[in-house]
Amino acid sequence: MHDAAYYIQLLLSGVTVGSLYALIAIGYTMVYGILRLINFAHGDIFMMAGFFMVYISAECSLAVSIPLVLLLTVILGVAIERAAYKPLRTAPRMSVMISAIGVSYLLQNLANYITGGIARAYPDIPFFTQVMNVGGLSIKRITVITPILTIALVVVLVILIQKTKIGMAMRAVSRDFETSQLMGIKINSVISMTFVIGSFLAGVASILYFSNYGQVSPMIGAMPGLKAFVAAVFGGIGSIPGAVIGAFIIGICESVIKANETIAVFSNAFTFALLIVILLCKPNGLFGEKLTEKV
Amino acid sequence: MKNNKKRNLLLSLILAAICIAFLLYVDKFQHYSMLATVLKKGAIYSLVAVSLNLLNGFTGLFSLGQAGFMMIGAYTYSILTIPVADRAGVYQYFDGGIVQFCVPMIVGLILAGIVPAIFAWLIGLPVLKLKSDYLAIATLGFAEIMRAIIQWKQVGPLTNASNLLKKFANFDSILFPFIVSAICIGFIVLLINSTYGRAFKAIRDDEIAAEAMGINLAKHKMQAFLISSFFAGIGGALLAMFQSSVQASTFTSTMTYEILLIVVIGGIGSITGSIIGSFLYIACSEWWLRFLDDPAPYLHVNISFMRPGFRMLVFSVVIMIVVLFFRKGIMGDREFSWDGIFNFFKKLCKKKDKSAKEVASK
Repeated sequence: MHDAAYYIQLLLSGVTVGSLYALIAIGYTMVYGILRLINFAHGDIFMMAGFFMVYISAECSLAVSIPLVLLLTVILGVAIERAAYKPLRTAPRMSVMISAIGVSYLLQNLANYITGGIARAYPDIPFFTQVMNVGGLSIKRITVITPILTIALVVVLVILIQKTKIGMAMRAVSRDFETSQLMGIKINSVISMTFVIGSFLAGVASILYFSNYGQVSPMIGAMPGLKAFVAAVFGGIGSIPGAVIGAFIIGICESVIKANETIAVFSNAFTFALLIVILLCKPNGLFGEKLTEKV
Repeated sequence: MKNNKKRNLLLSLILAAICIAFLLYVDKFQHYSMLATVLKKGAIYSLVAVSLNLLNGFTGLFSLGQAGFMMIGAYTYSILTIPVADRAGVYQYFDGGIVQFCVPMIVGLILAGIVPAIFAWLIGLPVLKLKSDYLAIATLGFAEIMRAIIQWKQVGPLTNASNLLKKFANFDSILFPFIVSAICIGFIVLLINSTYGRAFKAIRDDEIAAEAMGINLAKHKMQAFLISSFFAGIGGALLAMFQSSVQASTFTSTMTYEILLIVVIGGIGSITGSIIGSFLYIACSEWWLRFLDDPAPYLHVNISFMRPGFRMLVFSVVIMIVVLFFRKGIMGDREFSWDGIFNFFKKLCKKKDKSAKEVASK
């Protein structure tokens, strides 16, 4: 049997992965709350942020490249919204979703073309990867920083949504798209703001994830993206605390499953099984609001 | 009107004869050419695209589980048709596997449809209640779960885990996938034109209205889902034969996206559109756009930006343009018909006449 340290390590890595999923899941849940669109390209924005870092840090120092990467990621996210989702605002939901799948396909192929399909080494950020010794456990500093940073960002975000004017506008738009438009809310700027926040958090998540993981490859965004989406559904789509809690649960379960040799192959499948179960038992998730369909 | 019917029948027969003659020619003289590959793969993808279109375009169920059903079909077929003598070689890590019999090709092909349909029934019971995007994610998730199960070491004696399955019964003539696809697509067309098809379309257009008209939603959705997965399974078996090997890791969600994009290019809700879309897509991605991956295609002029991967990039940009600006795809929701073609040319001529007259009057 394993000792307590082993289980603590397992739990810690679960919390780390979970907080990364949380950062990505917020992007999904906010966009879904407002546009009722599963932004399939979100996972690929996360991947592209990884490649931005690879290429920019080759030229600049880390202090310059990290803000630059975040800025570029935000620009990418907003540009995608403007180019691929805005023209389809009045189209049926299926078309918008197909467009999102198309964007995801495009970003993957773009990354594949630029890199030649080879995984690239992620620049080493010494501050993150240093190993610390805490009570007999040797852990990377990033394992501790990630959850703390995530929680801090989530708190800031919740304050932003509850207290500021733009936050109020977001809540109004997600409640009723058309009425809020009639009340004089500028829908387009609210939607852009949503994409700014979502992409920014995806950028932060990508820096944390890839400095832990070590390399970036064109197809890497799909799986964390889908899992983060499941986390968002699990917590109740549209609810930010829900997404965070869902992500933590999925992250911890995943690291436990991965540690067990015989069932390790199911670490991805588990997430989806959880999704199907949650959709059947509690279709609105843990904290979701009940929506009724009007004729 | 009657004349038109006769004319149309005659034209269809001529077209069919030309197609068959062309296929026979390719089969005989260009058996290993790129053209033959494209034709074979195109026929297989048409079947899969049409089966997805039955769900997305005709019933309005947004399912992304097609690759999963194809995978189950491909595995069912290949597990059942590997000759007993070859099993020890294929299942070398699992002592020859636990299936120690072999069924004829045609039985295997039919079972390759039935087994995915059974799985579809199991998954459909809970999942079909969900609304559009949740259904999409749940079916996508189902495909991922199936992929994980097949690759699990514990079921290795049945599925060979993550190793290749090969040496199963295969086709030689390029006519084979065409015949199977044509029969299956013919069946789907008959279905769509029947009362069932009209019920599917009613559900697509307005679920609540359809229910009010007395259509049993759960029953019809399940029927569409079962039939679609049945044919996706057969398509998967054909794809397995085409590749002459099966591996679970190739049936990813990217494959489903590819098929979905074919349906979109062809036109959601058009059978002929899906068929044209698949041949076009396969021809472009496998053949016509190959030169984009080659840095020096003409006269040894080196074009630096053309290197492997550029083809897919151009391709995805084209797809985005179709998705954004030509949302109806090639065919919209219309079907190919001779009357349509004649009307099109008549209109074109009239336009020319008009513009000519306008020029003359000026």
